Amino acid sequence: MARALITMPTTAKRGDVVEIRTLIAHPMETGYRAGADGAIVPRNLIRRFTCHYHDGRDEVQVFGAELFPAVAANPFIAFTTVATASGTLRFTWSGDQGFTQTETASLTVT
Amino acid sequence: MKRLALLLLTLGAMPALAADARRSGYDDMSPQVQAMQRDDGVNPAMLWVKEGEAMWARDCARCHGDAATSMRGVAARYPAFDAATQHPITLSQRIASHQRATPLAPESDALLSIESYVAFQSRGLPIAPPADPRLQPFRERGEQLYRRRIGQLDFSCAQCHDEHAGQHLGGSTIPQAHPTGYPMYRLEWQGMASLQRRLRSCMNGVRAEPFAHGAPELVELELYLNARAAGMRIETPAVRP
Repeated sequence: MARALITMPTTAKRGDVVEIRTLIAHPMETGYRAGADGAIVPRNLIRRFTCHYHDGRDEVQVFGAELFPAVAANPFIAFTTVATASGTLRFTWSGDQGFTQTETASLTVT
Repeated sequence: MKRLALLLLTLGAMPALAADARRSGYDDMSPQVQAMQRDDGVNPAMLWVKEGEAMWARDCARCHGDAATSMRGVAARYPAFDAATQHPITLSQRIASHQRATPLAPESDALLSIESYVAFQSRGLPIAPPADPRLQPFRERGEQLYRRRIGQLDFSCAQCHDEHAGQHLGGSTIPQAHPTGYPMYRLEWQGMASLQRRLRSCMNGVRAEPFAHGAPELVELELYLNARAAGMRIETPAVRP
């Protein structure tokens, strides 16, 4: 299941601080727990989250986070950035067992 | 005289206003968790609702059209009487085997997703158990089970959720057990859960052997709980600690 929710304004004034909230479905299995059969459930974590802002000319990373076993399942990450120009934001989650997911959202700056 | 009549009128109207002492589990939660449930951008259960929306578009929309109209109010009237089996049936049982060669497994992400999407269409509507007289004997059996002591701890549902609701068990407030927000996201379980999982977990808690998923006893208990919560607003998808 590849599901992620991104909540952010679609338009903003130049210089505005916009809040971006992300939620992704992921078990965040620590690798310390035993399953019903007594065997250790293999570690399956999101290790890294990044957000890149492409304002039409170049792309800069505006936010990044490292995630660890203590983070709950279905991690929610909220952050802010300054609206500089119309463009797209690219969100990437990557982690164990080759997990990677990318979502994009566009922002119109007036 | 007129003033007296007015006073009597006001007094007569007061019990009707103050009569509903029922509290949803929402009212007993911390403000932080309440805020999490209220805000769809933060509520983790919306992940399942969105998945259910995609499933609806793929599997259901061809016959049932727009869920916002065709499924509005449906969750409010389940469990309902199923004429084919002559038994009450829950919303998840109805969905699981509907037009499918192999039914969706209970508590599977697929079933919870589509069920939460369907129930989401009734958010804000009052729970409206059907008046079907054929349901009555099942509902009565559900109430008997609600009041029957079970398990090694020898507790009935009613002892905690009627007699000691609002008090504490460990660190948590004992809710009145109104099924207003199912399927719900439980923070402790870090995932979506059906009402039957909640009931089975309660039975484990009193060290009784829980009934299997979809067992008639659980459906009857759901029937009674819904009658008990009749008129309360549906919150699906709820968040519970």
